[in-house]
Amino acid sequence: MQSSVSRLSLWLLLTPFLLWIVLLVLLPHLQMLRVSFQVRESWDTLAWGIDQYRNFFTESYYWRTFVRTGVMSLFTTFLTLIIAFPIAWYIARLARGKARGLLFLACLIPFWASELVRTYGWMILLRESGLISSWLQLLGLADAPVEMLYNDVAVIIGLVYNGLLFMVVPLVTTLDGLDENLVEAGYDLGGGHLTVMREVVVPWAMPGIVSGCIVVFMLTLGSYLTPILMGGKDSAWFTQQIFTQFITRFNWEQGAALGVLLLVLSSVIVWVGLRLSGQSLRKVMG
Amino acid sequence: MIRSVPRSRWFDALYLGYLVAFFLYLALPLAVTGAFAFNDAPYPSLPWKGFTLDWYLADGTGGRTGLFHDDGLLSALWVSVQIAFWVTLVSVALGCVNAVLFERLDFRGKEFLYLLMLLPLVIPGVILGVSILVFYSGMANDASRSWGIELDVFRPGMTLVVMGQVAFISTLSTLVIAARLRKFDRQLEEAALNLGATPLVAWFTVTLPWLLPSIAGAAAMAFLMSFENFNTTVMLTGSDTPLTVALFNRLREGSTPVLNAVALLLMVGSALLALIAMGRSDKD
Repeated sequence: MQSSVSRLSLWLLLTPFLLWIVLLVLLPHLQMLRVSFQVRESWDTLAWGIDQYRNFFTESYYWRTFVRTGVMSLFTTFLTLIIAFPIAWYIARLARGKARGLLFLACLIPFWASELVRTYGWMILLRESGLISSWLQLLGLADAPVEMLYNDVAVIIGLVYNGLLFMVVPLVTTLDGLDENLVEAGYDLGGGHLTVMREVVVPWAMPGIVSGCIVVFMLTLGSYLTPILMGGKDSAWFTQQIFTQFITRFNWEQGAALGVLLLVLSSVIVWVGLRLSGQSLRKVMG
Repeated sequence: MIRSVPRSRWFDALYLGYLVAFFLYLALPLAVTGAFAFNDAPYPSLPWKGFTLDWYLADGTGGRTGLFHDDGLLSALWVSVQIAFWVTLVSVALGCVNAVLFERLDFRGKEFLYLLMLLPLVIPGVILGVSILVFYSGMANDASRSWGIELDVFRPGMTLVVMGQVAFISTLSTLVIAARLRKFDRQLEEAALNLGATPLVAWFTVTLPWLLPSIAGAAAMAFLMSFENFNTTVMLTGSDTPLTVALFNRLREGSTPVLNAVALLLMVGSALLALIAMGRSDKD
């Protein structure tokens, strides 16, 4: 009796979960995989084939953008980590009392606005008629309006800005738990700043570093607004190509193949990151 | 580097400078966006022409249409609110059920299902949107072609947007609620059972009140994330565009201070929601 009741409650709780995961995540992705192996022969006949993937490798425009997106995302993630670490360290270890809470709250401020608003803010600052250009002219540092938008540096500035919070929060959380005696012991044993950093602080913060990096990398790789609005003519982003195939060209088969490739890229890099740092997804995310 | 280890004054000054620069970097784009919502000029750039509320209130007579008279943006705002409402409702309910499932029950394959639950976190939003478009919209196309049945719910539109957003927001709400359930003292529930409550009554009178702050937090987060989402939404939206997509389309045509007015309104709205949610969770 008892076991049949608990079995019933298990299934009652399991059903919504399974409906969600199967209907909204697993089946759609399997279907996307299936469509990516289809080739349209005429308007209503389909055949199996790997043409979409062949297109990807033969058309340099596709795979160049793919590699570019991957490399720039990795670079952005690394840069975000470097920028966020001292801030997280200050909040977790040096700030006291009220200042601590306020600084932490200040880190959250940009995320009260959506990615679109943040990107728009950067556009107002960086473009030719923008504020920084005007200020430079006012200070006499430039004679004519300076265009700082529509290049890769602008894209990276925007992407780092988008990722910062997701790096700062996990770093603060792990650094918070660091026992200062360990750091002192490191110095007492004759370690310099760098040694203590490398041997004590970084190993301790590893779960936070990995979880921050994964989230920032995923966000960057999958971002659409920032590269499109802030990037130049030749700074294409891979998500943009997926969008073009689906929405502009109605070429779902090609778009699905590009989607699968992006998913494979992100999964492989996340997996390699977890392997290299000896972490597991459950420990880092759950 | 820690408080007890002596630091040089140079290092301190440098560190402080870095902190200031960092927070300037954080605040500048948003401050600027907000400020230009009140500039009395048709284009959001310097020089400053004076303060005006036109970008909110103008009714189109002077060549300016303020946000509160801009029907396109207002109806997009309404669409976003509806979507966010449904997404919040579904993902918070799902989050509660999932939290109990993973924190309270033991069953075979739990580890594997937990990993599946985390999966949406490592799928780029665009891909989530695309896969749901391919599956459901493709199904609607096939049904229409083969049997002449029109499955209009599965065409790009509000239903699909809600489905796409629920797919990943549910993971986040599950994590928030499960974290709180983990801290719950099971003895409280057992006490209720010993005192004669049925499991259902114990759940509603003891466990659920304990979870309420996290449920409120998860709801605020779900609402904000849904409201601000672009990547998944843009793939699934139909003719009734939500606000972020409508803003994006406007922005491509060129920027006007009306966009700043909307942006400021969004910032203030989400800041208030976030503060209320944080204030609530601080109390407990």
